Amino acid sequence: MENNISRKDFLKVVGATAAVSAVALSGCKSDNINKETTYSVGDIPKDKMTYRINHNTNDHVSILGYGMMRLPFKDNAIDQEMVNKLVDYAMDHGVNYYDTSPVYCRGNSEVSTGIALSRYPRNKYYLATKLSNFAPQFWSREASIKMYHDSFEKLQTNYFDYYLLHSVGNGSKGLSGWDTFQKRYIENGMIDYVQEERKAGRIRNLGFSFHGDQRVIEWLLDNHDKYHWDFVQIEMNYIDWEHAHDVDEDNVNADYLYKRLTDLNIPVVIMEPLLGGRLANLPDVLANTLRQRTPQNSVASWAFRFVGTYPNVLTVLSGMTYMEHLQDNLRTYCPLQPCTDEELHLLMDIANQYLKYPIIPCTSCQYCMPCPYGIDIPTNFSFYNKCVNEGTIVEDSQSKDYRRARRRFLIEYNRQLEADRQVEHCIGCNQCVSHCPQHINIPEQLTRINSIVEILKQNV
Amino acid sequence: MLKKLRILLATVSFILITLLFLDFSGVLHAWFGWMAKLQFVPALLSSSAIIVLAIIIATLTFGRVYCSILCPLGVYQDGISRIAERRKKNRYRFKQSRKWLRYSILFVFAVLLFVGLNSIAILIAPYSIYGRIASNLFAPVYQLINNGLAYLAERWNSYAFYHVDVYIKSLPLFIVSIAYFLIITILSLTSGRWFCNTVCPVGTILGFFAKGSIFKPVINSEKCNSCGLCEKNCRCSAIDAKNKRIDYTKCVTCFNCVYKCKRDAMKYKLAGNIDNVKKVDKIADVPSEGKTSRKTFIATIATVAAASALQAQEKVVDGGLATIVNKKAPKRETPIKPAGSVSLKNFTSHCTGCQLCVQACPNDVLRASSKLETFMQPEMSYERGYCRPECTKCSEVCPAGAINKVTREEKTAIQIGHAVWVGQNCVPLRDGVECGNCAKHCPSGAITMMPYDPDDASSPKIPSINTERCIGCGACEHVCPARPFSAIFVEGNLIHKEV
Repeated sequence: MENNISRKDFLKVVGATAAVSAVALSGCKSDNINKETTYSVGDIPKDKMTYRINHNTNDHVSILGYGMMRLPFKDNAIDQEMVNKLVDYAMDHGVNYYDTSPVYCRGNSEVSTGIALSRYPRNKYYLATKLSNFAPQFWSREASIKMYHDSFEKLQTNYFDYYLLHSVGNGSKGLSGWDTFQKRYIENGMIDYVQEERKAGRIRNLGFSFHGDQRVIEWLLDNHDKYHWDFVQIEMNYIDWEHAHDVDEDNVNADYLYKRLTDLNIPVVIMEPLLGGRLANLPDVLANTLRQRTPQNSVASWAFRFVGTYPNVLTVLSGMTYMEHLQDNLRTYCPLQPCTDEELHLLMDIANQYLKYPIIPCTSCQYCMPCPYGIDIPTNFSFYNKCVNEGTIVEDSQSKDYRRARRRFLIEYNRQLEADRQVEHCIGCNQCVSHCPQHINIPEQLTRINSIVEILKQNV
Repeated sequence: MLKKLRILLATVSFILITLLFLDFSGVLHAWFGWMAKLQFVPALLSSSAIIVLAIIIATLTFGRVYCSILCPLGVYQDGISRIAERRKKNRYRFKQSRKWLRYSILFVFAVLLFVGLNSIAILIAPYSIYGRIASNLFAPVYQLINNGLAYLAERWNSYAFYHVDVYIKSLPLFIVSIAYFLIITILSLTSGRWFCNTVCPVGTILGFFAKGSIFKPVINSEKCNSCGLCEKNCRCSAIDAKNKRIDYTKCVTCFNCVYKCKRDAMKYKLAGNIDNVKKVDKIADVPSEGKTSRKTFIATIATVAAASALQAQEKVVDGGLATIVNKKAPKRETPIKPAGSVSLKNFTSHCTGCQLCVQACPNDVLRASSKLETFMQPEMSYERGYCRPECTKCSEVCPAGAINKVTREEKTAIQIGHAVWVGQNCVPLRDGVECGNCAKHCPSGAITMMPYDPDDASSPKIPSINTERCIGCGACEHVCPARPFSAIFVEGNLIHKEV
């Protein structure tokens, strides 16, 4: 999935470079009006980053935060050399917020983040990590505390600038979001433990990230006086702003959450501003509408400007796998140009249209993985979404182009996924369902894809 | 001219037949599948009287042109001999035909076919020998080249080529094929067509008819000075220059001698006597009564189960792919044969083990048997795929009548085997998760998920198999999450049934 998006993004950047390279190096000279001019996308300014102030600790946080969840892999391990390069580039351009978790990147993200950041003075960056005690084996107080302590060691630090209760509201196998929350933080007393840690100064800002069961966030915010949340991390983008609830009825719309938190004067950290790259890969018609407006900017930049427009947003996390992702985002945020009212309207319109496509709302966060029966869930979804975006799914076996389209679809499917990782091996055990922060009914969607594949295979 | 014509026809037929063994897309089979059906032993086994008669009549008319044009193994040997001849010219000499050896081999071959011991008989059947070499040694090379192109195609966003898995389908057969390849190649490098005129049963049969052929190379004893040039260039060692005689049982009418002779003494022409012509041999009869020896395996399900079990890996961190243990074939008491085979007996008594169906199967279901009694004859197994409902490829390509042509609709009503459940491996019982993938993928709706405990509707659901509806396609076995041994597998039927 990441490969796909990134390849496409990369091409887009290259394409954009090529397209604009016909403008103006010599444009500054006055005597060449009629001559052909060249233009390069140019350097990204190093001192133009937009910063937001966290009123609790007076942190000046860069509006672009680095999400360490989608780090580049090479030979089945994190490509540390590349991570260092990306971090160097980000630091150099003013990015100072780095967000990781003990479970990211098959559990290796913290170590990698620690290696990359420990090369800088500790006061040059803000470090965020989480209590990711999802698996029942971590629900005990001892196991949770151990996870907390391990994070210090892996990140090579003695304090966290930001510490989160990870993904509260998400359910687990057989338990609702509310019950899971009780198991993970209340029954084992971890919610009080982290308060103590904040008092001790090892946690400078305490917050939580939220997906799912609304009862949990309401309870946490109702008890704000008691817990005093320094920040809250929510999923926000121009689709989820008004439509999170439409996509899945268990989700809460981002506009409500943002307003609720702003009323309480709690800074908001944004996750999934791009929906795992899906908002960089809109269906062609929609993407063209946006490109028409700002031909030189990427489609992704619209999503970043949208969330940046809201002033109570402290930072916007982006899981940047490739240098091109980072550069594109830096261009958007150095400095940020907030959306005009008209642009906000346009994005709401795009969101309305986007929902008409049968796209599966997967963000490739990998929380569902590994599937115990070997299916590569995110890749299956991204393959399907790509086909929807490009309109390459043929259903009418009588249509003129059917044979060619069928062949392409089936070959491409095999290229993206080994046979054993394909949808037909999903047994519907439902173990993945509780892990999905987007509340996708994964087995149901895989079955849907399977029937499309099966019909194509059979209608020779 | 005649020689050029022979080389042209032989090259075309050789390339086409070879391509039949290489092509995995099925495109060529639609156009040139009939080439394989012109082969003598397969035609004999599939009772294609017309083809057998046509070959015999052609032989009675022109000599063993079958051997020099249609037989891929013969043409292959010609090609190799040609290379040898470049290094050393005039390399052959006349050898007396070992009649007793040739006829006794033919006799044994015929008896074996007659009693249905094909797996031994086909060891020396020329077309299937070539099939085994081509499918085991040439096809992988072809596929690797294809995969290289597929790799490039993927980079260029083209769909002209797609990747195929290259692997050894049966190790014993692979080794045997290497042995065949080396033996045949070395023999033709050293002794020309020794195989054709000593071992090959088809060569012996056709040699018998060729004796009386209407056209044949004839030595004009007035012009001939017994220089021996023809003899030294005869790959068949059929010309006795000293005595100005030709052994027509060995001659494959390659016309090399005709063009070698500097004195114009060798002519391919209407021969005087055709007294040796006899009617079609008994051997042409299709063995009607075959006795298939089949060892019965005492495969207890328990042993299958004991070796099993991939435990679902517990999820702790995000991302990554679970390791997948490759599936292993269960021990099937009765091997599964494709729809169209009619019965196990029919299949084993017709199959020449040429591997054409194995190459044509797009779902990696067919592979050569490694068992002694059915060695080299393909059988089905579902570790890499299952017999998909839309495919009837094997039945279209089989030249020997081992797999008769069936349509897609007919196939849905032929039971080639039946599913058997192995409780110990079944994931709902073992891992305590919901499954039902077998039922979900069964194309004939033969599987229903039922509570394990009849009195407790909430107990784990297990498959209940309606064997009357099951067609043995193996979808259930293939998609079963239990690895390496599936919790549901197909046991072959001795006689295929209508459902």
